[in-house]
Amino acid sequence: MTIHGGIGQSLQRKEDARFIRGKGNYVDDIQLAGMLYLDFTRSPYAHAKITAIRSEKALKVPGVLAVITGKDLDAAKLAWMPTLMSDTQMVLPIDTVKFQGQEVAGVVAENRYAAADGAAAVEIDYEPLPVVTDPVKALQPDSPLVRPEKPKKSNHIWHWEVGDKAGTDALLAKSDVVVHQDFYIPRINVSSIETCGCVASFDPMGRLTMYMTTQAPHAIRTVFALVSGLPEQSIRVISPDIGGGFGGKVPVYPGYVVAIVAALKTGHPVKWVETRTNNLMSSSFARDYHISADIGVTKDGKLTGLKVKTIADHGYADAAANPSKFPAGLFHIITGSYPFEKAFVEVDGVYTNKPPGGIAYRCSFRVTEAAYSIERLVDEVAHKIGMDPAELRLKNFIPPEAFPYHSALGWTYDSGNYGGALKLAMQMVDYPALRREQAEKRKKGEFMGIGISSFTEIVGAGPAHTFDILGLKMFESCEIRIHPTGKVMARFGTKNQGQGHETTYAQILATELGIPAENISIEEGDTDTAPYGLGTYASRSTPTAGAAAVVAARKIRDKAQKIAAHLLEVSPEDLEWKDYKFQVKGVPEKSKTMADVAFAAYTNPAPGVEAGLEAVDYYDPPNMTYPFGSYICVVDIDKGTGAIHIRRFVAVDDCGTVINPMIVEGQIHGGLTMGLAPAMYEQITYDEGGNIRGSSFLDYLVPTSVETPHWETGRTVTPSPHHPIGAKGVGESATVGAPAAIVNAIVDALSPLGVTNIDIPVYPWKVWQILHDKGQT
Amino acid sequence: MASTAIPRLTSPLPIRGATHKIHVTINDVPFDFMVEDRTLLVHFLRDALGMTGTHIGCDTTHCGACTVLLDDVPVKSCTVLAVQADGRKVRTVEGLESGGKLHPVQEGFTTEHGLHCGYCTPGMMMTSVALLAKNPNPTEEEIRRAISGNLCRCTGYVNIVKAIQHAAKASGGGK
Ligand code: FES
Ligand code: FES
Repeated sequence: MTIHGGIGQSLQRKEDARFIRGKGNYVDDIQLAGMLYLDFTRSPYAHAKITAIRSEKALKVPGVLAVITGKDLDAAKLAWMPTLMSDTQMVLPIDTVKFQGQEVAGVVAENRYAAADGAAAVEIDYEPLPVVTDPVKALQPDSPLVRPEKPKKSNHIWHWEVGDKAGTDALLAKSDVVVHQDFYIPRINVSSIETCGCVASFDPMGRLTMYMTTQAPHAIRTVFALVSGLPEQSIRVISPDIGGGFGGKVPVYPGYVVAIVAALKTGHPVKWVETRTNNLMSSSFARDYHISADIGVTKDGKLTGLKVKTIADHGYADAAANPSKFPAGLFHIITGSYPFEKAFVEVDGVYTNKPPGGIAYRCSFRVTEAAYSIERLVDEVAHKIGMDPAELRLKNFIPPEAFPYHSALGWTYDSGNYGGALKLAMQMVDYPALRREQAEKRKKGEFMGIGISSFTEIVGAGPAHTFDILGLKMFESCEIRIHPTGKVMARFGTKNQGQGHETTYAQILATELGIPAENISIEEGDTDTAPYGLGTYASRSTPTAGAAAVVAARKIRDKAQKIAAHLLEVSPEDLEWKDYKFQVKGVPEKSKTMADVAFAAYTNPAPGVEAGLEAVDYYDPPNMTYPFGSYICVVDIDKGTGAIHIRRFVAVDDCGTVINPMIVEGQIHGGLTMGLAPAMYEQITYDEGGNIRGSSFLDYLVPTSVETPHWETGRTVTPSPHHPIGAKGVGESATVGAPAAIVNAIVDALSPLGVTNIDIPVYPWKVWQILHDKGQT
Repeated sequence: MASTAIPRLTSPLPIRGATHKIHVTINDVPFDFMVEDRTLLVHFLRDALGMTGTHIGCDTTHCGACTVLLDDVPVKSCTVLAVQADGRKVRTVEGLESGGKLHPVQEGFTTEHGLHCGYCTPGMMMTSVALLAKNPNPTEEEIRRAISGNLCRCTGYVNIVKAIQHAAKASGGGK
C-alpha cells in the first residue's frame, strides 16, 4: 500500500506552481509604501587611507536623501561587526579600505537610479597603501600588514592541525613510493543568479522587519539582536523566495546593516539589492586554498599515509561560514574513501587585500578542496606505479563491513559501499571497452582520457557536542500542526533556496502521518512563525530537518494512537499503525485514519488527553551523514586547439534513502555543473595592485547550456544507520565529486606526454600550451 | 540614530528627468504611459508596473533572467529602454498562461523538473517560447544553442532541455 506523495515517489514539486507563473516572491520583488533605495560608493583601491569623504554633491542629486559613512556608523558603534569566525569586519570604513570594491559610503534615494547617481557623486580622497594579494608573500616578514590594528602584527590569522604528524612522517618514510603534489584551488564565487539584497522596515513601535536573502534566518536574527542591542522579539527576519544560495547567502554583508541604519535614519523602508558586479567584487568568495600534499603507497598499491599542508587565503577578514570549532571547515575528510593508517593535516589562515569570506560553493565546509586533492592524488599514485586507477581504488576502498569506520583524522563514517558505486559506474560506461579504445587511439597519437572520482562527502552538521555557529548548537527543527479537517501545516528552521523542501518535507510527513502530500503545506523562513533552526547550507536539511520531521510526526502518532483507541473503544496497546492507519490488531476492518483522529482531537479528545494535534521536535543528529559516489568522465582533446570535449560523464551517487528521485537527480545535475565550473571555467584573480579580474559575467565564465555536457546518473542505496529514515544529504555531492573526475580525465589523456597535473581551471590554452611544448600541435 | 522625517512617496519611480509618452501592448492589453527616458524596460515592468516575474541577474547582458518577448523576439529587457517599447508588443511570463491553462512550456518545466530556485525560469521559458515558435522540432543541440544566453546556476540544464522537448511534443512537434 502506498500513500499519495509519500517517500520514494517522483512527486511534481509544489513550489513550481508559483515559479512557472512568475509569481515567486524574491527580495527585489518586495515593494513597500514609501520605500527608499540604498546603493554604495566603492573603493577603487585594494588598500588605501581615506583622507576625506565629501557628500555635498551627492546630496544635490535629485532624489538623494542621505549619505551614510563609517563615521556615522561609528557614532552608533556599528562601523565594525563580528564575523562568524570570531574575527571582525567593517560595515563601512572609518579611515582605511582593505580591498577593491569595498563599500565606503551608502547613498539613500527615492529610486535605484538616483541612488546610483548619488553613489557616483560622493567624492572620496584616498592615499594608496602597499597591497598584498598573495598569501605566501603575505606571510613574509616584510609584507605590508593587512590588519595593523591587530595585536599580532602579522598577516597570519590562525594555525590549525589534526592527526599524527610523527606517525605519518614515519609511515611515509617507510613507504615504497611517495607522491608529492601541489594544488591551487582558485578563488571562485557562487554567483547564484539572484544576488544578495534586503528590505529593512521599522514599524511605528520600533519593531524591525528584515526581508533578506538569507539561508539562516533564525541565526541572523540572533546576530542582529546581539550586534544592534534591539530586543530579539522586536526583530522579524523573513527570508522570502531565494534565487539560489550555495553558501553565498549565509554571511552578514555590510549592505544589510547599512539598510537597517538607513531605515532607522530616514523613517522609511529601505531596499538594498547588489548588482552582479558588486556581488562578484565583494560578496563572500569560496576556496582559495594552496595545498601541498604527500601520499604514500606500497609497491603493490596499498595506500599508507597522507600529509597535507595548506595555506588558506581569507582576504582581509576571516569571514568564513564554518562551524566555530573548525576554522578550516571539514577539510580533514581528506582521507576520503581510503583506510589510511596515519594522516596529518595542517592549515594556516592568512590575511590579504581581497574581499573576505571562505564560504562553501555548493559544498559542505571545505569538502571539495579535500575530495579534489585526494582523488587527484590517488590517480597520480596509480599512474606512478602503473596500476589502473579503478583497480587501485577497488583495492584500497574502506570495505562495506568496516562501517561504522573511524578515519585516521577522527571522523566516524556512518555507512558506505564504495566498491558497489564504482563498479556500477564502470558498468554504465563499459570501462574495459573505453580503455581498449584509448589504447587504440594512443597508437594513432590521439588524446582521449578517462577520469574517475570516488569521493566521500560529509554533511548534516551536526551533533551539537561538536558543531555550533557562534555558540548556537547545530540542531534543526520541525513543528507540525494537524488541523481539525486533517490538513497539515508544518514549519521548519531550515530555508529552501531551490532544493524542493516544500515537496520533500511534505513527502516525509505523508509517509509518517498517513496524510497525502497535497494536504500538507510547508513553510520556512519567517522567524515569527517557524521554530528556531540553524538554516540550510552544507546539505544539512534532509539529515537534520528531515529527521526532525520524522521524530515530530512520530510524537503526533503516539498521541493519535490514544485518541484512535478512544474512538475504537480499545486500549492503545491493541492498536497497530499499519497501511497508514491505526488498526485493531488482527481486525483490520476496525481502523481509524489520521484524519479521523485529527477531527476527534478537536471535537472529541480522549479523556485525559489534551485537545489539539501538534508536535515540535528539535533534532540533534547523533553523527554526520557520509554520502558518497563514483564518477567517470571521458574526454577527447583536440590537438589543434587544446579544446576539451567531455564525451560522457556518468555519476553514480549514494545518498541513502531517496525521498524524491526526480529532485535528487536534479540536484545532482546542478551539482555536477557547479563541479564543472571550477574545473574548467571559473576563477577570480587579482593583479599585483589588487585589481580584481573577474568582476562581471564578461570575465567570470558561469557555464551555459553549451559548455555543460549531458549528465548521466546512476544510483546505489546504502541507508544511513542513524538517520530515522536512512537518508543522507545530496545537494552538494556532485560539486564535491565532479572536479577531480574531469581533471583526472584530462591528465589521463595527456599522461603519455608525461603530464601529471594541470592547475584548475583547465582552460584550453593551458592544454594547447602543453601540446605545443611537446611538439604535438 | 535620530529619525529624519521625509515625506512619503507616491510611486517607487518618481519621475524627475525628461519623459516620453509610450503606447505599448503588454500581454495583449494596450496601455499609455509616461516614462522617464533612461528607464530600462526591466525596471519599468518590475518597479513601475509591479510585474515582478521578469528578473534581474546581472549588469552585462549575460544572464537572460530578464528575457521578455518584444514583438515575439526574445530580448534582454535590462538592455532595452522602456521608450524603445513604444508602439510594440511585450510578452512576459505573466502572459504565458491563458484562460487558466498553462502554456506547454510551463507544463514542460514543472513536469520535467526544469527549475530549482525558479529565478532563471521566467527568462528561460520566454526564450523557449520563442524557440518553439520558430522551430517546433528542435534537436537537443539546437535547444542548447537557443538557451545559451540564459544562465541557470541550479539545474545543470539537462532537465531544461527535457522540459523544452516536452513542450515541443505537447505542441505537436518534438524530436
Ligand atoms: S539581467 Fe542579466 S541579461 Fe538582463
Ligand atoms: S533554477 Fe535557479 S537559476 Fe535556474
